[in-house]
Amino acid sequence: MKEKSLIVDNFKSRYIPNTEEQQEIMLESIGLKSLEGLFDDIPQDVKLKRKLDIPEPMTEYELLKHMQGMTSQNVNTEDYCCFLGAGAYDHYIPSVIKHMLSRGEFYTAYTPYQPEISQGTLQAIFEYQTMICELTGMDVANASMYDGASASAEAVLLACSSKRKKRVIISRTLNPEYKNVIKTYAGFNNIEVVEAGYKDGVTDLSGLNKIITDDTAAVVVQYPNFFGAIENLNDISDITHKKGSNLVVATDPISLGILKPPGEFGADIVIGEGQSLGNPLSFGGPYLGFFAVTKELMRKMPGRVVGQTTDLDSKRGFVLTMQTREQHIRREKATSNICSNQALNALAATIYLTLVGKKGLKQVAELCLKKSHYAYDKLIETGRFEPAFKAPFVKEFVLKINESNKTNKLIQNTSNKLIQKLNSKLLEDKIIGGYDLGKDFEEMNNCWLLAVTEKRTKSEIDILVDKAHLGSDDE
Amino acid sequence: MKNRDLIFELSSPGRVGYSIPECDVPSKNIKDLIPEEYIREKPPELPEVSEVDAVRHFVGLSRLNYSVDNGFYPLGSCTMKYNPKVNEDIATLKGFSSVHPYQSEDTVQGCLELLYKTGEILAEITGMAKISLQPAAGAHGELTGLMIMKAYHINNGETGRKKIVIPDSAHGTNPASAALAGFEVVQIKSNEKGGIDLAALKSVMGDDIAGLMLTNPNTLGLFDENIVEIAKTVHDAGGLLYYDGANANAILGITRPGDMGFDIVHLNLHKTFSTPHGGGGPGSGPVGVVKKLIPFLPLPSIELREGKYHFNYELPLSIGKVKSFYGNFGVVAKTYAYILSMGSDGLKKASEVAVLNANYIMNKLKAYYELPYDRKCMHEFVISAQKQKEFGVSALDVAKRLLDYGIHPPTVYFPLIVKEALMIEPTETESKETLDGFIEIMTNIAKEAKVDSDSIKKAPYNTSIRRLDEVKAARELILRWVKF
Repeated sequence: MKEKSLIVDNFKSRYIPNTEEQQEIMLESIGLKSLEGLFDDIPQDVKLKRKLDIPEPMTEYELLKHMQGMTSQNVNTEDYCCFLGAGAYDHYIPSVIKHMLSRGEFYTAYTPYQPEISQGTLQAIFEYQTMICELTGMDVANASMYDGASASAEAVLLACSSKRKKRVIISRTLNPEYKNVIKTYAGFNNIEVVEAGYKDGVTDLSGLNKIITDDTAAVVVQYPNFFGAIENLNDISDITHKKGSNLVVATDPISLGILKPPGEFGADIVIGEGQSLGNPLSFGGPYLGFFAVTKELMRKMPGRVVGQTTDLDSKRGFVLTMQTREQHIRREKATSNICSNQALNALAATIYLTLVGKKGLKQVAELCLKKSHYAYDKLIETGRFEPAFKAPFVKEFVLKINESNKTNKLIQNTSNKLIQKLNSKLLEDKIIGGYDLGKDFEEMNNCWLLAVTEKRTKSEIDILVDKAHLGSDDE
Repeated sequence: MKNRDLIFELSSPGRVGYSIPECDVPSKNIKDLIPEEYIREKPPELPEVSEVDAVRHFVGLSRLNYSVDNGFYPLGSCTMKYNPKVNEDIATLKGFSSVHPYQSEDTVQGCLELLYKTGEILAEITGMAKISLQPAAGAHGELTGLMIMKAYHINNGETGRKKIVIPDSAHGTNPASAALAGFEVVQIKSNEKGGIDLAALKSVMGDDIAGLMLTNPNTLGLFDENIVEIAKTVHDAGGLLYYDGANANAILGITRPGDMGFDIVHLNLHKTFSTPHGGGGPGSGPVGVVKKLIPFLPLPSIELREGKYHFNYELPLSIGKVKSFYGNFGVVAKTYAYILSMGSDGLKKASEVAVLNANYIMNKLKAYYELPYDRKCMHEFVISAQKQKEFGVSALDVAKRLLDYGIHPPTVYFPLIVKEALMIEPTETESKETLDGFIEIMTNIAKEAKVDSDSIKKAPYNTSIRRLDEVKAARELILRWVKF
């Protein structure tokens, strides 16, 4: 009789197919008596001589129950009505996307290093690059970056390396997450970051004119900006290019359904957050950063790029190209360290843009535009809010609590955390309210940034208008 | 001739693939809301297709791909293990996938708990004091870790530590990340056993060195037996040790970077912790640090106080933000689910079997291919096609021939220190039968190289498309479709 195995323990995992018997045969074939023997090169002193102190394994059913329990501790945008944006948006995601993304051929493949068996991923990226160029009005797009914020930081690095200058100007109206990530990356590369102020919700042109210098590598603005307002790209472009700087524009891809693309204003680098294009909110990630440049800058661009070519039989096919910019070839001289990007999120964006198509994207943007203006007008009508600015907007806008209205149900309660209180109260009515701008902008206390996507109905907006106060509903 | 039409070539004016809701609010003219100079004149040239056109197109594209769900994918250093399906379901539960990152803390306690607990578990697995889940990928983790290293030295007044030591066997991301964090790179040679050359290390260490970046087991799949002395050498000179966790699948529950003496660790959740690679992302590259480096971790940190989870943005020494929001949450959710499915015994077993599988293949292949470092390997190993080169067959040719047999080739021409390198990582999720099949195919190819090298050089034959002209792609640079 065979002795009870001391070689391998009897742990079973449905993800590890080799049986104990097979493990023993394999050990024998390499001349070992125990699994322990495989790890002889590891000094005894550094071996872990106990079990890891982590939870005991669960069955699939236990796991699902456990995770469902965890999700019940969260409020979600399917059960609640969401007016929160500020860089991540509750747009509708067509059902097709989840079905396509759950094909193992897409999501369990890796970076297409072997083009002969990766044409699916490669062609989809080629289609994605085309769509991003079309949306932004730029010449070349890469295969994606981690998110809008890291894309903005990489744009700053690209501008600085192409201009051989170490100073950039960022508008105060830029998304605070982008500003902070730019400052982190810039700080470690000795790049000076200067902030340009704003006036009436958009970058102050005369202020920009004063601080821009000949040694400025780039001016970074957002279009529409963090407050939802449409920046004056024409004049900003003139001011920027007169000093020989690069214009970097962060943009919202849905708004580009109706807005003139940044490329037409002469932008040199256009980046943005692509989450709106078919990607769920997912508590902030994974999203995708898109990154597009002019022909002049393409050889310094970070990230993977797919190009068209032919095979031995002259058949059209796609490969990763311009790889001499990349870390695996150039090591420390690479244009960036990026390797894995957000390919599956870029695929979601590609399918989204395919489904909405040439006319649909404009229609989605128009719905956002009309609904957000309806919400804006109605909320102002209540007398509880006043416009923070007059600048035109697409899907997001800023309201300020009207402190001159003495009967305002919002200010009877004297506190500087009115927006926070207002949002808490709205939650009781299953409404996720807007972003509290006072958190990031000291001058914007009691200012509320609301996003209205195509998903919001008139009746949802009417309920928001009705409930957006701190008094009792019976008053 | 085309392999497949582009989606743009399937476009037919008037088709729609999406149902747009009617406008239920009083409609205004766009021109009354937006100044004319900002209104787009020409619509983007997006396709016009129906839903069924779109589905067939993307299903068709998917069928041109090879993936882990199709078969064996021994791509070295990428840990292409099986991606458990239930984890995909979990990440898409509406209570995770439909949560806005700026919702108030009290409405996202489940998400925060998940991030907090995953951080604690990964700290235990790596032997680190604290983990940040912010970085979006391995290279992003490297960058973040190196920024922490720099911030630490600067805070100690040691502004002269401007160089990072990196062995010649390292991943390309290591030197690229070091450069991006504002460091100079000092490369050192490997010794005859494939490890760090201690004499070379000692000769470069000094007060200008910020630290050493090391992958252990390294890219040859070899564990550096001198790790304790390496750590001492670096620490004695005032440097820090950075652990590139690309190869962590070899050591789960067996040894921990913290116990080896490392100060900073990044992990690739899409490698070691079974989250899918997505065709090139999304990944996730958490960074762990020892206690003295905690103050430098990126913003925000997640803390547990009085039974509630909170963000903390008030960390004055932090390197700052490296990414929007809180990292790739959806990827972290799959990792947490994986770890809960495996437990301590399961993770250890995964590493043991991954290492067993690699040694099993290596031992069988060394009669047919050159094995430059003939010693026990960890979860991966490197062989060379130098023997086949005598017949004019290169590592690339071997890789391309594997495609005909329906197997994803190993990583080729890496690490750079082995000529004609083929880097093979089977992972623990493959059966002996699969490994035996692979061994047989590799043996056949070695035989074919001898008798019919010409036909191998034109492989593959059985794929949807044959060898592609990369030189032409780089010369012509057709990077987008253009409407004629």
